[in-house]
Amino acid sequence: MNIHEYQGKQMLKSFGVTIQEGIVAETPERAVEAAKELTKNTGTGMWVIKAQIHAGGRGKGGGVKLAKSLDEVKELAKKMIGMTLVTHQTGPEGKEVHKILIAQDVYYPGESEISEFYMSVLLNRQTGRNVVMYSTEGGMDIETVAEKTPHLIFREEVDPRVGLLPFQARRIAFNLGLSGKAFKEMTRFVTALYMAYEKTDSSLFEINPVLKTSDDRILAVDCKVNLDDNALFRHKDYIELRDLAEEDPAEVEASKNDLNFIKLDGNVGCMVNGAGLAMATMDIIKLSGGDPANFLDVGGTANAETVEAGFRIILQEPNVKAILVNIFGGIVRCDRVAQGVVDAYHKVGDIPVPVIVRLQGTNAEEGKKLIDDSGLKVYSAITLQEAADKVKDLVG
Amino acid sequence: MSVLVNKDSKVIVQGFTGSEGSFHAGQMIEYGTNVVGGVTPGKGGQTHLDRPVFNTVNEAVEQTGTDVSVIFVPPPFAADAIMEAVDAGIKVIVTITEGIPTQDMVKVKEYLTGHSSRLIGPNCPGIITADEAKVGIMPGFIFRKGSVGIVSRSGTLTYEAVDQVTKAGLGQTTAIGIGGDPIIGTSTLDAVKMFMNDPETEGIIMIGEIGGNMEADAAEWIRDYGSKPVVGFIAGQTAPKGRRMGHAGAIIGGKADTAAAKMAIMRECGIHVVESPAHIGETMARALKKD
Repeated sequence: MNIHEYQGKQMLKSFGVTIQEGIVAETPERAVEAAKELTKNTGTGMWVIKAQIHAGGRGKGGGVKLAKSLDEVKELAKKMIGMTLVTHQTGPEGKEVHKILIAQDVYYPGESEISEFYMSVLLNRQTGRNVVMYSTEGGMDIETVAEKTPHLIFREEVDPRVGLLPFQARRIAFNLGLSGKAFKEMTRFVTALYMAYEKTDSSLFEINPVLKTSDDRILAVDCKVNLDDNALFRHKDYIELRDLAEEDPAEVEASKNDLNFIKLDGNVGCMVNGAGLAMATMDIIKLSGGDPANFLDVGGTANAETVEAGFRIILQEPNVKAILVNIFGGIVRCDRVAQGVVDAYHKVGDIPVPVIVRLQGTNAEEGKKLIDDSGLKVYSAITLQEAADKVKDLVG
Repeated sequence: MSVLVNKDSKVIVQGFTGSEGSFHAGQMIEYGTNVVGGVTPGKGGQTHLDRPVFNTVNEAVEQTGTDVSVIFVPPPFAADAIMEAVDAGIKVIVTITEGIPTQDMVKVKEYLTGHSSRLIGPNCPGIITADEAKVGIMPGFIFRKGSVGIVSRSGTLTYEAVDQVTKAGLGQTTAIGIGGDPIIGTSTLDAVKMFMNDPETEGIIMIGEIGGNMEADAAEWIRDYGSKPVVGFIAGQTAPKGRRMGHAGAIIGGKADTAAAKMAIMRECGIHVVESPAHIGETMARALKKD
């Protein structure tokens, strides 16, 4: 589950990670109040207005602006709330901005030089351990850094028995070229950050940039937090951090029906039991000359209710020219699935596109016969190749 | 021979009396697996499916001599169940449970070092050695004893491959579902090595998906040490970057873990890569004839 920058920062702060302070607002009036409050709390003379969407690259897309007066806060807030922000991560359709974060100005001039770093905590899948990845090259896309200057990316792997150790925190601060007060602040920062990552059951923390201010403080200026969905059972309070406005409506509806759905932009819808087979089915659609319109895993029980919900969600997309249902009946019997498909078809009413139903496994022949005798605009198949050929006939 | 489990394996079920555990234990027994009992804390002393229930894995080991455990314990308690089995010295621990928190698995992974247990999964369909033992949830009827070893990260896609292999007239030695999570006990390479060392296995099918670099690791080892034909498929050629495709581990993070990149490496390493999942069985049949 992804959460907003403002939510992530509050989460970090509760674990003692120092952050760029801010207050979230949903109207220009509230933005001005927030700015005043922030000045009272932090003494900031300027305010950074940041669009809260679940995507990076906001700065370049016009989603981060500096306001030098309260009038400017109001003006920028007016412009930003409701705007459609397009960044390299949102896709061309962009995302509508519903909330903005009014944040303190932390790039104020002072005695020492300001620097920006990159820092993330994530899982190293190869070793099965958590790793702190960091770089002196902050404020830019880490993939670009990895490509152009890979020697400027450092990693500190954490032994789960002891956690991030003080010497590792010092090594990080040394590698970032820090000394004096900033050095100490950084060791504290990274120790708290790692603690927060573990305690929140996150799968990714990405702080870009981590800022060293002109008075040698270390602050998280942005943050991307990805929570492990599988661990939400022990963090019930995090469930309310989910922002449904940030998700695709079809995906939200699917999740209500316990379906695992991801919208894509092709012309052949598909409905499959099992994630691996679902991806393989998408691949087959592509190889047959179509383009998958979605990923949809109906899970272990492909019954009339789930299939009906699946049809309805897929059919919301006007580009869909055909639907391929691919079920491998292991424990679940194919004739039962076939009856479910026929029932669902009748319930949905007129399905305007051809449906191919491929059933393989227990009672596959009986399932095929049920489909063939149904009188519906449904083609049956048993082998994957037959299904592929049918897709080719219809859209290839 | 075969790998990991056979007709002599003494299997216990952790989460024996729960609905999932009960159902699949019944199916395993029906397949002919030697299920010697189960563990449900607090229900020790009872009998379930005509087999004894124990409070702890230790008790089960002492009284039955079990060496294989299959875990159906719900996600919040599954990591603990795995570590209990490790502590009791179980040799092969098959974890079916889906949805175990990643940080729990970080601890499990660490706990396994220094112990001799082999963990399969989590979030996997289990293992079948055809006609001998079924430890997990795979449908038994699609298997036929034969010469092909199968390793896969997914469930139904494994069944698809098994079914194609059976219909191609080859049959299987053992099929191992290693699971779709970011941290799993047995990697593609671990499974490939076992099959290369198994005299009954003549050919290997390796089914991967986007995310991670397990398939690339296995491919490079096969290039250097492989002695049997390997057919490979990677699911997710059309998956978008950064989206989790059902499995917690199936997510494209960078250029190296796309399906295209993995397939390219596998091809370079001499693996018979199929573009279409419909061609897995026939490609294996052809590879076995040629080699």
